[in-house]
Amino acid sequence: MLSVGTFVLISIIKIVIALIVLLTAVAYTVWLERKVVGHIQNRWGPTRVGPFGLLQPLADGVKFIFKEDLTSPHVYRPLYIAAPMISLIFALTSIAVIPVGNWVTVGGIHTPLQITDVNMGLLIVLGITSMGVYGVALAGWSSNSKYSLLGGLRASAQMVSYEVSLGLSLIGVLIMAGSFSLRDIVDAQGGAYWHVIPRWNIFQGQIFAFFIYLTAAFAETNRIPFDLPEAETELVAGYHTEYSAMKFAMFFMAEYANMITVACLASLLFLGGWHGPLFGPAWLQAILPLFWFALRIFGFLFVYIWVRGTLPRFRYDQLMAFGWKVLLPLAIANLMITGLIVALKS
Amino acid sequence: MAHMNPIASLEPGQDRTMILNMGPQHPSTHGVLRVILEIDGETVVRIMPDIGYLHTGIEKTCEAKFYQQVVPLTDRIDYLCPLTNNLCYVLAVEKLLGLEIPPKAQWMRVLMNELTRINSHLVWLGTHAMDIGALTVFLYCFREREDILRMFEMVSGQRMMTSYFRIGGLALEPPLGFFDYVREFANRFPARVDEYENLLTGNPIWGMRTKGVARITAEDAIALGASGPTLRGSGVDIDLRRDMPYSGYENFKFKVPISQDGDVFARYICRVQELRESIGIVQQALDGMPEGPIKADAPKVVLPDREKMKTQMEALIYHFKIITEGFAVPAGEVYQAVESPRGEMGYYVVSDGTAKPYRVHMRSACLANLQLLSKMCEGRLIADVVAAIGSIDIVLGEIDR
Repeated sequence: MLSVGTFVLISIIKIVIALIVLLTAVAYTVWLERKVVGHIQNRWGPTRVGPFGLLQPLADGVKFIFKEDLTSPHVYRPLYIAAPMISLIFALTSIAVIPVGNWVTVGGIHTPLQITDVNMGLLIVLGITSMGVYGVALAGWSSNSKYSLLGGLRASAQMVSYEVSLGLSLIGVLIMAGSFSLRDIVDAQGGAYWHVIPRWNIFQGQIFAFFIYLTAAFAETNRIPFDLPEAETELVAGYHTEYSAMKFAMFFMAEYANMITVACLASLLFLGGWHGPLFGPAWLQAILPLFWFALRIFGFLFVYIWVRGTLPRFRYDQLMAFGWKVLLPLAIANLMITGLIVALKS
Repeated sequence: MAHMNPIASLEPGQDRTMILNMGPQHPSTHGVLRVILEIDGETVVRIMPDIGYLHTGIEKTCEAKFYQQVVPLTDRIDYLCPLTNNLCYVLAVEKLLGLEIPPKAQWMRVLMNELTRINSHLVWLGTHAMDIGALTVFLYCFREREDILRMFEMVSGQRMMTSYFRIGGLALEPPLGFFDYVREFANRFPARVDEYENLLTGNPIWGMRTKGVARITAEDAIALGASGPTLRGSGVDIDLRRDMPYSGYENFKFKVPISQDGDVFARYICRVQELRESIGIVQQALDGMPEGPIKADAPKVVLPDREKMKTQMEALIYHFKIITEGFAVPAGEVYQAVESPRGEMGYYVVSDGTAKPYRVHMRSACLANLQLLSKMCEGRLIADVVAAIGSIDIVLGEIDR
């Protein structure tokens, strides 16, 4: 057992590292998005700041910090200021229970690659991410602007509706793993059938659940084709119309942090987490799981961006109809079939 | 008057509705259209377009200019199809003057007009798709538009405000290599239209957003004075290029795409097919381009060539007279209509026998088409308003003049 002092110290170190990595990842997801969408659209994306525009996120950050922070005199200030913080805090907190690799031993201390290993990890992630809707709804309400209000309304309705399908699509995986702990779920996916097909949940009959999850995750994170809360051609900028400078940047970062969170969840729950071929010397074997995990997340983010470069946007009523009448029944059907199969097997 | 103050004319109904002011600064009102919506949740109860934010006074300005000086003003009415406006104006004045235009000039006019139509439709398609959330089509369209703007620059030295047509013919001979450049583009273009259609036409989300949305019947469209693809999308088979040919359009073979549904998708599909028909006309114009002069033989109206002006006394005198005091146009009035990318573009020119027009009035297709908006959108959702505005393809410069 660790002493309390060591535990706190290790936790703080892990939190700092996780935050730095996550925020860097958020910044470079923005860069990646601009670059990939640029190439899809027959242009270059950022090229001016640093090689391949790699320093663009830094320049953007500096710009956001130094921009004038305009606040309309009509806003309800306490909530107006709190809303972006709520969004960002919840978006960043959910990373706390997401494992990124196996246990490691550094300097005689044996610790998991995860800020804290909770046996209800998945529930915590879902709970925290669904709190994020408060930030959006409050932003829409407190801005005291009609466009913000409509954006906030849309966002609350959409996120609440799609959360149902999102949650139900995951239950199949939970039944198969028999645990809420993200680490256990990943461990259950180790190995391969006949040394070829990995035992990822997606290859174990959860492929429909995977696509339901993917679709719901698009809606959860307000991405095209479900980006109605901020549909710029209809609602100007939706719930963050009245926000500028760092307050806007907080919403922006929250959106990308949420994207990374759902990508992490998808990798952990459906694609075997950090499992992958291990080879080479010991140091490489230690790093490879992290690399495989990052690769999956990158793949997800790429799909997000690819879809954004391709699809138009749903209409509000169509979005609701799709969520409740198509996605939800599919998720329930998947749940029942999975349950039946697992029951018959055991 | 009620229409002077739209807010006052929209008295709040029940307590459950609110007034939403969309524009004049709004990402999808295509310039400076202002739309005032009375909404119940997301449903539009009433809608009132408010125009006039781009009033330029061009119609009035025309009265203070010589006839030939009006041409550059016509560019600025509809900045997406300047050559169509040039053409309509010069045709009207030529009708008053009774000028005979040489065939090469006529064919060049058709060629440039169809390129303008493609140019305008590309901007429409890109912005319309972007309104509905498909970002990529916009940049694909602008890639091809860039080529067309380069062609405009080749013939006139200007990318947008071309003023290439003159009363009596063209401003300049097309430069060397121009026809090859256009032909190369015309060969490449149909595949590019396929590319746009791949992204949109079969896309289920695009279908959901456009099919059955903002429907307008043929009767309503005719009653409200609609024209162009907006009217043809409702199944009315009319196209001035075919039905009232001008500038030699009778020599070209082309289909007039119509669609029966009258919804956003019908107007979309009409315009996309028009892109293909237009490139066909461009091909025909290139193949059959006659040789000969590009200006009418009317020394009192048409500026002499530079070389003649520098070497011949008579030409110098004509040049001096046209530049300094214009040319008198016989008294009378004329209405000339052409099929612009947006519909029937008409110029009504009144002459009192002097060198300046007494009155120039433009019949704007967009102004009439915009009247359909409230019929299209009432009872529908906010997102449909955006789709409907995109589908009637308005240019505010033309509406406000």
